[in-house]
Amino acid sequence: MKKEETELILKEPAKTKTREAIIEISNLSKSFGSQEVLKNLTFNLYAGENLVVLGKSGSGKSVLIKCIVGLLRSDSGTIKVFGHDVTALTVKELGEIRQKIGFLFQSGALYDSMTVKENLEFPLRRIKAHLTQKEIDAKIEEVLENVGLADALNKMPSQLSGGMRKRISLARTIVVDPMIILYDEPTTGLDPVTSDEISLLINEVQKKYKTSSIIITHDIECARTTANRLIMLQDGAVYAEGNIAEFEKSTDKVIKSFFK
Amino acid sequence: MKINIPVSKAKQIVVRHSMKLSENTMAKTAIANNFLTDFADVILFIVRFLKETFSRKFEGKEFFRQCFSIGYKSLPLISVTGFIMGFVLTIQSRPSLVRFGADTLLPGMVAVSLIREMGPVITALICAGKIASGMGAELGSMKVTEQIEAMEVSSTHPMRFLVVTRVWAATFMIPLLILYADGLGIIGSWFGANIKGDVSLVLFFSQAFSHIGFIDLLPAVVKSFFFGSVIGLVGCYKGYNAGRGTESVGKAANSAVVLASLLVLIVDMIAVQITDML
Repeated sequence: MKKEETELILKEPAKTKTREAIIEISNLSKSFGSQEVLKNLTFNLYAGENLVVLGKSGSGKSVLIKCIVGLLRSDSGTIKVFGHDVTALTVKELGEIRQKIGFLFQSGALYDSMTVKENLEFPLRRIKAHLTQKEIDAKIEEVLENVGLADALNKMPSQLSGGMRKRISLARTIVVDPMIILYDEPTTGLDPVTSDEISLLINEVQKKYKTSSIIITHDIECARTTANRLIMLQDGAVYAEGNIAEFEKSTDKVIKSFFK
Repeated sequence: MKINIPVSKAKQIVVRHSMKLSENTMAKTAIANNFLTDFADVILFIVRFLKETFSRKFEGKEFFRQCFSIGYKSLPLISVTGFIMGFVLTIQSRPSLVRFGADTLLPGMVAVSLIREMGPVITALICAGKIASGMGAELGSMKVTEQIEAMEVSSTHPMRFLVVTRVWAATFMIPLLILYADGLGIIGSWFGANIKGDVSLVLFFSQAFSHIGFIDLLPAVVKSFFFGSVIGLVGCYKGYNAGRGTESVGKAANSAVVLASLLVLIVDMIAVQITDML
């Protein structure tokens, strides 16, 4: 079935049109050499929603969120976060925007040479420099309890399992109270049970911390559990957009291949 | 002898030769391009390092952690190396000095050799192997596992936190390790001298130090600061610019050792020339 025939190709869904867009991406393009990864990508993230970005490997999902947080520079287009175009910000201004964005890396990216406590202290001491040691300890205890790993405080990352590393990584992301969280393949490499736990944890974080999130994944179960809205990337552009029910009902070949 | 080559064949030969020539030229241009790109990268890295060094926020805690890691954790290796340097130098040079009746000059000769040249160069080469490879591997693996990017999104400048602290820690700790190795080298020399002789430690040290002047010590100390900064910069540069795969971690560590060792010898050669002019 061709792209035009699917019912999901909605540029601006009516349901979300009136909501406040906190990330506005328009005509974003990014190439590596002759390989065009993102081509005129346009979509919004609205306040309070979990937006799942689906797409097969190499479709530019991770590149997209790295462009949002300024780890990669886009070739053209704009990325407005809270109304500020991150492609035009100075290093200092970008640093200020980054303080409001949490990023959960695919590998967890815990600092190997630091304990769990030091890993959590690291962003806190820099982003919330005004906190006292007592407040820092209380905050660390709170987030570790929220991810169900209060007893891992003094462990080294090498002593943690894959699922535990993801949880600690999520704790490090939420410890600075971000307004937006970007999840890069949060369930990749985990068993189905742990994947479900992480997906539920993402929902809990959304409710408790009132965050808006972009979740990059190709795990359909994770998408089912977490998505308020989904977009599918194909060849660096938005192929389809809608909610999970619309995607599951779709007769489009590409979409069906994901929802088998 | 005149050979008549048919025109079409001559054309083919000319085309083949010119294609080969153009391939060679392109390959050489690519090498020159890569060299220039790498050179520009190194210069940019040093500029960024200097810029971050003089920024307001210095990561003091990390700097002292690195000083501990580079200095204290290298002590066993440097102790053994320093002791063996003095011991071997004494055993090897004693017979020649005895033949000329100059064995009383042994402590002074060993001390001057160790302090001016052997101590700084050998200790710096050992440090290049241990410290530069360690930095290359650590930063390389941090890059592969996205830890450097995680630092960047945590509003921390990775250059300031990882590179500036390590390079300055190496710059300050390696000269101290070199002086320590020199001291242990003289003790090693005393042990070597006592295998076939009998000389007290106090007498040996007083004889050794009576031959050392300020002019021996100063250039050695100054060049050891350069050794330290070269080792730190090379280790960090290679690790920070490692590729994406796990293979690149090994490559970063390996090339850090090779380049740091080579640069230590080049710096030493320049330092010797400058000292000679004084």
